[in-house]
Amino acid sequence: MLIIATAALVFGVLLGFAAIKFHIEGDPVVDKIDAILPQTQCGQCGYPGCKPYAKAVASGEADINQCAPGGEQAVMALAGLLGREPKPLSAELGSGNSDEPMVALINEETCIGCTKCIQVCPVDAIVGAAKHKHTVIEAYCTGCKLCLPPVCPVENCIVMETVRPTATLWKWPEPARFSEPMRGAGS
Amino acid sequence: MIKRILKKTLLQKPFLKKECKLHGGIKLQGFKSLSNAAAVQILSVPPQLIIPLKQHIGEAAKPIVNVGDLVYKGQIIAEPNGYISSPVHASSSGVVAAIEARPIPHASPIKETCIVIHTDRKDQWHPFVQSTPEPLALPPEDLRQRIRDAGIAGLGGAVFPSAVKLKPTSDITTLIINGVECEPYITCDDVLMRHHADAIIQGALLLARIVRPQKIIVAIEDNKPQAFQSVTNAINRLKAAGAAAANTIHAAQVPEIFPAGGEKQLIKVLTGKEVPSGSLPYELGIICINVGTTAAIYDALYKGQPLVSRIMTVTGEGLDAPGNYRVLLGTPIHYVLANAGVARQHNAEVIMGGPMMGVAIADHAAPVVKATNCLLIKNTRQIRQPPASMPCIRCGRCATVCPITLLPQQLYWHARSKEFDKLPAYHIDDCIECGCCQVVCPAKLPLVHYFRFAKSELKARERERKKADVSRLRNEARQVRSEKARIEQEERKARRKAARKQVITPETNPDQSTPDSLNASSLQGVAPEPQTHENTSMVKHEDQTKTMAR
Repeated sequence: MLIIATAALVFGVLLGFAAIKFHIEGDPVVDKIDAILPQTQCGQCGYPGCKPYAKAVASGEADINQCAPGGEQAVMALAGLLGREPKPLSAELGSGNSDEPMVALINEETCIGCTKCIQVCPVDAIVGAAKHKHTVIEAYCTGCKLCLPPVCPVENCIVMETVRPTATLWKWPEPARFSEPMRGAGS
Repeated sequence: MIKRILKKTLLQKPFLKKECKLHGGIKLQGFKSLSNAAAVQILSVPPQLIIPLKQHIGEAAKPIVNVGDLVYKGQIIAEPNGYISSPVHASSSGVVAAIEARPIPHASPIKETCIVIHTDRKDQWHPFVQSTPEPLALPPEDLRQRIRDAGIAGLGGAVFPSAVKLKPTSDITTLIINGVECEPYITCDDVLMRHHADAIIQGALLLARIVRPQKIIVAIEDNKPQAFQSVTNAINRLKAAGAAAANTIHAAQVPEIFPAGGEKQLIKVLTGKEVPSGSLPYELGIICINVGTTAAIYDALYKGQPLVSRIMTVTGEGLDAPGNYRVLLGTPIHYVLANAGVARQHNAEVIMGGPMMGVAIADHAAPVVKATNCLLIKNTRQIRQPPASMPCIRCGRCATVCPITLLPQQLYWHARSKEFDKLPAYHIDDCIECGCCQVVCPAKLPLVHYFRFAKSELKARERERKKADVSRLRNEARQVRSEKARIEQEERKARRKAARKQVITPETNPDQSTPDSLNASSLQGVAPEPQTHENTSMVKHEDQTKTMAR
């Protein structure tokens, strides 16, 4: 009895010590989910960014099919990670997302220098100062569309453009599938 | 430690000697006699040259000329942008007509930035282009810089900037001059070796001056006896002239098998060493340079001429005048075709490179670039409909012929079902797209197309992942910053509040020591006039605190 009690005490102390010693900062599942998400930070999922959405998915609050820029690929990866059934993208997301990568472009003729787009850009991809023309750093723009009107008060000042295709960015098309003849058990 | 032991065993190689054989590979019909009979013809200067800024692996060059500028042949018109990059030269004299996106020789109809020159047909060299009588006396670093300035990149088709390759990073034991040219139809290296063997040998000696190898091997496939003879004669002439370096150089014949001309494959055939996946040949002390590149280096160092033209095979059955041409870089492909006797057939399919590894060119207005070693023309009659593919029967022939010992059928299954993340485990990156698997496939599956598709898809995902990482960092940094700003603002507010108390206490209500003096005063029903006064004083004070904060 005494031995068991002592052992229980020792292991209790050990476990308690281990809990402090090997404490992991943050939630590893959240980080794994966050790594799958495309980091567009567009907020289309209903959360203010990719990390908050990752947290919501990890806690079971949000479903795995809310990420529009990630598309089917992200849903499949999340389903694989979390051991859930893959499902089609949420219908609420709308169809405004194209497969082509997009970046924002500020028309410098019409920009009034109001800094509103700078304040909403989640990745600091817009440079400029009050009453000075702004511009988008194309390499950093995630194409989240957060800076588009109504945030930008000027009509047609910020527009989304598809990234100009170059030979390095070009992808080989999928080869034409041959029609695989069905071979029944009898044949 | 293990590396050293491996190196030792590899160097001794008594048993590896007989292993100097390529895994797989196939024997192909050459079709070389179509184009290798005549000497190199020089193609005339076209009225317009379209010179792409990116003709090499690495970063595209930066243009340094403006529209309307007069340029001379050999003048630098775009500077290298970064370490792995290469300058671009005007291929002939004329006026810069435009710097704009034009079609490039590529499988897609994509346009990239090119410098368009309207030639004056004088073909006048830039006065800066001067011959050097004795380049072998120059220091190696100087030679390497000159090679870089001359814009020389691997002319075998990979167009890797040669100066980067020649960077002395480790001890080089073997310099291989690659004249194998194993792909059918292509004969540009063959005729070069036949007619300009001396330039190749001199070029090889210059390279040896830079990398200091123990031996130089000129490798030639055994289906080119004349080229081999010509190169051997050139070496013998060098020996007769009494050059000490002549003893380190020798020509070697390699058995005819496709793709023995690939860099890693040739190293395996010649030395028995296998360049590991993800490594480069110099890590084994080997550097492999194409014969065309070697001759271009000779031109650059002896004559001072940068890379403005290249020898190119124009061939195909039913062609009026197949042969090899020295073509200025930037010459539009339709101009080459017209001069080589190809009538303007609207649906002639043009393949850049050979039948195995080449790609069909989407637009004939695209120019000849440094990588264009061959234009293979198939006329309408010869365009075969792609053979109907049948399901894979898992016969495994593809794996037997794969020179890299990959499992093409496994790659195919995963690529077909778009399970791209499984492909790196099967080393898809090591696939050289030689097409052997596709040739032997009894189901006629477009295997190489599947691999190219999967590779570009994987690359795109890698790019997206990298961009996502950057976005995440930037977003996190932004959040930290806005959090900091929020805290600062709150602190400022608190300070202001505290300051307000101090101001209000002595001025308006000296007796009152309650913290909420404002509330108290409003509750007491103070007349609006003093309140406004109070407010203005507060605003003033706020300004003061602001300036203080600054």
